[in-house]
Amino acid sequence: MELELRGITKRFPGVIANEDVNLTVRSGEILGLLGENGAGKSTLMNIMYGLYSATEGDILVDGEVRAFHGPSDAIAAGIGMVHQHFMLVPVMSVAENVVLGVEPLKKKRTPWMFLGLVAATLGLLLTMVFNLFGVEEGIEGGMVVLLAAFAGLAWILHKDALDIAESRSEVEEISAKYGLAVDPDALIEDLPVGLQQRVEIIKVLFREAEIIIFDEPTAVLTPQEVEEFFGIMRSLQADGKGVIFITHKLNEINEVCDRITVLRRGKVVGETTPAESTEQGLAEMMVGRPVDLQVHKADAKPGDVVLEVQHLTVDDDRGHPAVSDVSFSVRAGEIVGVAGIQGNGQTELVEAITGLRPGISGVTILNGEDISQGSPRHVHDAGVAHIPEDRQRMGLVLPFTVTENVVLNTYHLEPFSNGTVMDWSASKAAAERLIEQYDVRTPSAEAPASTLSGGNQQKVIVAREFSRTAPLVVASQPTRGIDVGSIEYIHERIVEQRDNGAAILIVSTELDEIMALSDRILVMYEGRIVAETTPDDTTTTDLGLYMAGATA
Amino acid sequence: MVDTTVQAAEAARGERRAHRLGWFYIGLGLFVALVFASTVTGEGDSSFGMVLARDRFADFEIGLGSLRLLPSLVVPAALTNFLIAAVMGFLGARLLTKKALKPSNLTLALVIGLFLFAFLTWAAAGQSFNLASMLRQSVLRSAPLTFGALAGVLSERVAVINIAIEGMLLGGAFTGVIVGSLYGAWPGVLAAIITGGLLAWVLAVLSIKYKVDQIISGVVINIFVLGLTSFLSVQILTQNADLNNSPRIGAWNVPFLSDIPFFGTILFKQNLFVYIMFGLVAVTTYALFFTRWGLRTRAVGEHPKAADTLGVDVYRIRYIGVILGGLVAGFGGAFFTIGQVGRFDENMTGGRGYIALAAMIFGRWHPVGAMSAALVFGFSDAIANKLGILNTPIPSEFLAMAPYIATLIVVAGVVGKSRPPAADGIPYEKQ
Repeated sequence: MELELRGITKRFPGVIANEDVNLTVRSGEILGLLGENGAGKSTLMNIMYGLYSATEGDILVDGEVRAFHGPSDAIAAGIGMVHQHFMLVPVMSVAENVVLGVEPLKKKRTPWMFLGLVAATLGLLLTMVFNLFGVEEGIEGGMVVLLAAFAGLAWILHKDALDIAESRSEVEEISAKYGLAVDPDALIEDLPVGLQQRVEIIKVLFREAEIIIFDEPTAVLTPQEVEEFFGIMRSLQADGKGVIFITHKLNEINEVCDRITVLRRGKVVGETTPAESTEQGLAEMMVGRPVDLQVHKADAKPGDVVLEVQHLTVDDDRGHPAVSDVSFSVRAGEIVGVAGIQGNGQTELVEAITGLRPGISGVTILNGEDISQGSPRHVHDAGVAHIPEDRQRMGLVLPFTVTENVVLNTYHLEPFSNGTVMDWSASKAAAERLIEQYDVRTPSAEAPASTLSGGNQQKVIVAREFSRTAPLVVASQPTRGIDVGSIEYIHERIVEQRDNGAAILIVSTELDEIMALSDRILVMYEGRIVAETTPDDTTTTDLGLYMAGATA
Repeated sequence: MVDTTVQAAEAARGERRAHRLGWFYIGLGLFVALVFASTVTGEGDSSFGMVLARDRFADFEIGLGSLRLLPSLVVPAALTNFLIAAVMGFLGARLLTKKALKPSNLTLALVIGLFLFAFLTWAAAGQSFNLASMLRQSVLRSAPLTFGALAGVLSERVAVINIAIEGMLLGGAFTGVIVGSLYGAWPGVLAAIITGGLLAWVLAVLSIKYKVDQIISGVVINIFVLGLTSFLSVQILTQNADLNNSPRIGAWNVPFLSDIPFFGTILFKQNLFVYIMFGLVAVTTYALFFTRWGLRTRAVGEHPKAADTLGVDVYRIRYIGVILGGLVAGFGGAFFTIGQVGRFDENMTGGRGYIALAAMIFGRWHPVGAMSAALVFGFSDAIANKLGILNTPIPSEFLAMAPYIATLIVVAGVVGKSRPPAADGIPYEKQ
């Protein structure tokens, strides 16, 4: 099978997401689609999968133009997609998730309900006969209609009966064929992400897809799981499936792909093969200018202990312990990186330190003062700058302007307010100064934060947090989902803060970021710190093992 | 590894619940011992009638003398209360001491049942009280609540919050009585069903197509129906009394089964609506959990985007769910007029749509759970009613609060956490 996109253009109001994109993928090959966040990769794939319709251009299957009005058309054409955010219903079983939409129905049906209703109807008729002889009490004629209605309903329903046994054996069959072991009766919410991804792949295979799209599949995996995943991709390839592998990680794309297409600002800017490209070359193609993949920093000169965390235990939202008995310290002038797979207690750790999560046990000491029971404002005033992991939900008030967002942490203080009334001109002046200083690309200081790109939104947060002197900086996923240029910039600023004597705690799931920035590394697994090391003494492979639960 | 922590956490939570329940049982036991058992009034024996006066075998004579089959259950009040208190204490202590014991909902139901029995024994001490009649009333009174709760289940399983159940019940009751008066009871029922369906269609269009806040659109429908039916009832029904006099679909004894002593009386000497209630609960359960339609419906309520990417038409499934719910609620509305009194009064549903909503939550969005919850509410409703007749020191206003107090206790965590469909109340935005 051959799938071709010809001259695809997609316009959203005010934005061109894809412009004149041409792309071909054939059975038995792996095509790498490389591009930064916001380059239009996901939009393109959603068009291919029928979720969006293209403004212009055609989709061709084996040389024939096809119109996709929805995912079902794409599925019928043999296209499958594993989404970046898994499309699984957490409370349903693996088998139920796999068959959803193309459910096998019971062929040999056991019409218990129907038989029961027939019996009831007969009973009723019998009663009516009795009535004629005055045996029983009166009976309404409508009741016969009613029973008939029930019988009809039961008839319809039992023709729609799900064959869950069949679903289960189909799942087992695919598992066996491709080495994707998973229990068909397990509930999705009980499975780790790696297994959830397998379920997604089984789902696609169950629909007999010939071309499979993987949208950033490695983002949620440990390095070991990534290797395993590459193995799965290769076995799909060997089975004659065509694969489109979307990523922004350069090393991965060189490892598994046969061909590479690079997307920038919605356009195809290059096509190449791993043999004839280098990581540096790909990065430049992706960003559009020479980039520096290294973070340059001098050796750390650690000073006094700024943050001391002792025996910290924190519960998650459901009341389960998310962080258990964690102790560590961060000194002035050093960057401590916390590595770990998402959901191993990092979020709760950060929220506990910044005062956002009540009900913790243990102590957090900032420059000799116990801040573990302090309110968020108390912690903030004590000198903790916080770059939260979710910039859109916790970092910014999206409908607010850049000015309003910039003073969110100091609006109640001079010179922005006299205690009662806001001084907007002072606020605006401060915002304009920071926009200049931090190179925030925004039409004006009065533009709503929601109109900024991800990288610029993140710069607004960094500007706000770094604009006052704070002895401790807690940064969670500081560069998640932003462009390479902004990543470089934010990394530089973080190192600059360190050199100015701040203690810095970085939490990231990106191992490259941890390795590049940290002076010391802590690895979290299931709420505990399972390893402490430095970038010089370890490798990403070892870190990956720790992140998967191996102990130092 | 992940599994073990999850299991450990589950175990910890289970243990906490076991402790909470353990103390709850003991507390209840103490209450029974200290309050009920020691303040028994009257002669000390409580007599529970187990048959209705008109039951076929009420005066059944066997052999010598006139021994009545299951005539009534006579128990010594104080002793019974002490015994019940002891059983509760034992169950509670067992939960507190035995580590590995998982608290079961069956025990919880048993304890609550015992408590109610203790309460009745206390209230009926020295008097006689017809238990069979009261339980029969409970089932009857739970019928409209179950229909409402089923409507809620159908609607919320596709993630549309249905506050408008109250309006659908009331609308169904109103059109039911008018069409019933003109063309007969069964056409009246049909009209009620259609009315519920139409109101649900309005809710569906507002919340699915126009993505209006679902609470607000539901409340608007309720206010609209209340206002319109009250107006029309004053303007039209009072002038034309013949429009407000529908034939009824009432009691029907199931042949043979209704002759079973006690249980036959409670379950099979009932209103037709009650039998339909049992049927609908069975059908809905089967449909939701064993059919293709049910799988899609649940998926749409939990994760509509996932369903959409698999080619399931989210909007269509949502419309179907909401409108089916409306049909059921409309039918439930007919119970008030055609099923009972045959006439319409202003606001005659009196907030039962909201209690139905509570029953749905209490029943964890499951048809059987919803019916069980509705039975609990029906029971407290009936108990409040019957106790008015007995001479208890409790003011009737407090008795009338019983259903709501039961809701509070139950929802406040004794039953464990109830989780709504994940997408409940969130409109789906197709890209």
